[in-house]
Amino acid sequence: MSNAQPPQASFWNDTGRSGIAAWIFSTDHKRIGLLYLYSTFGFFLTGVLLGLLLRIELIAPGRTIVGPQTYNALFTVHGVVMIFLFILPSFPGAFGNLVMPIQVGARDVAFPRLNLLSWWLYIIGAVIVLVSLFTGGGAPDTGWTFYVPFSARTGTNVSLAVFGVFIIGFSAILTGLNFITTIHRLRAPGMTWDRLPLFTWSLYATAWVQVLATPILAITLVLVMAERLLGTGLFDPARGGDPLMYQHLFWIYSHPAVYIMILPAMGVISDIIPVFSRKPIFGYKMIAFSSLAIAAAGSLVWGHHMFTSGMSDTAVLVFSFLTFIVAIPSAIKVFNWVSTLYRGSISLEAPMLFALSFILLFSIGGLSGLILGAAATDVHVHDTHFVVGHFHYVMFGGSGFAFFAAMHYWLPKFYGRRYAEKPALLAWALMFTGFNLLYFTMQVLGMKGMPRRYYDYLPEFASLNLLATVGSWILAAGLVIMLVNLFRGLRGGVPFEGNPWGGATLEWSVATPPPTENFEEEPLVTHGPYDFEGMGKP
Amino acid sequence: MNQTAHKDYFGAKLGMWLFLFTELLLFGGLFLLYAVYLKRYPHEFATAGRQLDWTLGAANTVILLTSSLSVAMAVTAAQRGETRRVMAMIGGTILCAAGFMSIKYFEWSAKIGHGIYPGSEQLKSGPPGESVFFSLYYITTGIHGLHVVIGALLLAWIALKARSGAVNASDYILLENGALYWHLVDLIWIFIFPLYYLVL
Repeated sequence: MSNAQPPQASFWNDTGRSGIAAWIFSTDHKRIGLLYLYSTFGFFLTGVLLGLLLRIELIAPGRTIVGPQTYNALFTVHGVVMIFLFILPSFPGAFGNLVMPIQVGARDVAFPRLNLLSWWLYIIGAVIVLVSLFTGGGAPDTGWTFYVPFSARTGTNVSLAVFGVFIIGFSAILTGLNFITTIHRLRAPGMTWDRLPLFTWSLYATAWVQVLATPILAITLVLVMAERLLGTGLFDPARGGDPLMYQHLFWIYSHPAVYIMILPAMGVISDIIPVFSRKPIFGYKMIAFSSLAIAAAGSLVWGHHMFTSGMSDTAVLVFSFLTFIVAIPSAIKVFNWVSTLYRGSISLEAPMLFALSFILLFSIGGLSGLILGAAATDVHVHDTHFVVGHFHYVMFGGSGFAFFAAMHYWLPKFYGRRYAEKPALLAWALMFTGFNLLYFTMQVLGMKGMPRRYYDYLPEFASLNLLATVGSWILAAGLVIMLVNLFRGLRGGVPFEGNPWGGATLEWSVATPPPTENFEEEPLVTHGPYDFEGMGKP
Repeated sequence: MNQTAHKDYFGAKLGMWLFLFTELLLFGGLFLLYAVYLKRYPHEFATAGRQLDWTLGAANTVILLTSSLSVAMAVTAAQRGETRRVMAMIGGTILCAAGFMSIKYFEWSAKIGHGIYPGSEQLKSGPPGESVFFSLYYITTGIHGLHVVIGALLLAWIALKARSGAVNASDYILLENGALYWHLVDLIWIFIFPLYYLVL
């Protein structure tokens, strides 16, 4: 009973349960957030290892360490783990849970027990995916997109993997509706919609995408299972079905899904840049609005994944046009961030460096996306390493670097201790260098015509592939330094107290680490989220 | 405890409505497939649709509409604090659900007896459009039937809550949300029935 506790007891010293049960059955949003952080980040590291193996295989032409079947399984599992087990659940699950309820001035999310159920469903789904790798016909080899007809015919364990992803989708829907309800109903007095921190705004847009897009993935995966187990033939041309319908259904979900991955990342950047520029955000309303615009427009562009699959010219034209529309709200954000920096008093600490590199890497990724969105150029680079490079610029350079920024920005608040600054900067420099060496090279390789998803390639691509693999090692070295630094710092580093960075959002007004119920009494919000002058006044 | 002392009724309903949206979209994917394949195989769909017995479909429609009425009356009874009537009305709904599933069972087993089921030899050798129609029919009504079963179990659990007094005149949001879910199950059938039994 929290009422029996002294005021301001940190959420680390909570509850009657003991040991691990105090965590895995806790309905405290901060504990659930940390559960998500540990579990999703664990899968991130698994995905990194698989990615490194892929790069080692590609270090030289011909078979290096694995054969074609193993290579197919490796890139499939890399994709499934990174997308469904890491990026999709990590931002809403980890930082959404940790920060959002405090940012709106609430004691917890609207449905705390449902929140715990979401995490459990995520873990159950993840375990099922893991089991699918080692049982039945072995790890799926279809690519993370599970395209029919191959996914309906391959002897590998696609059905079970797909079922695991289905369960994880359930978890995403519950998180989404929980967050929408929380943001609508639990804002503290004075927390008007135009005082909502931009990270929370981005989570709000994300939650709508989670709620509206994920059911389509669910039914699509059910249909793949039915195709395999019952022989329904709905995607089988010999039986009157159409494999293109699978691609439509899959991308109706999976294109909006990339906005589940990138929108919260943009929210993190919108929160960090003003704090480290000592200047209110430029264009608050436009940034908030552009999150909703990206979520809405992004739901109508799925066809650009299928330009080469067979579509009418009209459809290609419409999808291409809509794809370019998405670039507008994205550019609004980038220009507003840069305008916030202008004449700011910029301090280049670790969260800020990650945030700044996000702007650069996301811009490269976004602009290369336009090359793919234009049908004429897409035909040439479709299914090449250019796509792989583009996707990693947006997802890793974008979401990944924003995730690291969020770790350096918010985790000290929740642990009460901080990491050392110099290793953090070194880690950032290594990762930034390695990242560009790896993925820019991939884009060049794609332009030269190297296809993706092959374990072998023509000899003329050898030197660039070697360069990319070396880049992956530099990136991994930076990652290791970052992790060791964070791990040591958060456990035994210098105490982190008060509000050293001068953030004006509510999470910086509570004790460090936050108390179980977040606020001693319900806060009255009197200033905007980036009103650094107003925050000192009563 | 971390739960808030007072309940947010509006919030609980908002959450439920969002969940209902997701259910609509889940079935929306199947209706989308129906639309595309109907455009492609209008004649085969018509031939196959006539093989379904519209009287059974109509009977099930009446049963589900009655069950929705019954659960709505359960909510009103809860508002008035008439616990026994709440349980009786929910009982009526569950009875309807059982009736619906029984008719569904006879419908399905008759079709399966005639060699019409996904992947059957008869469908494989017949026109492709009919195979698509029956695959969609089985998946759509199958997932809907699953929702009927889940809804009935949910309502049974809520009836137990009502008996123990946890659902009462001042706190009946659980029943209200359960009833909303049941109406959704009904609503989806209202679309399935004409699409598969009537319009073809």
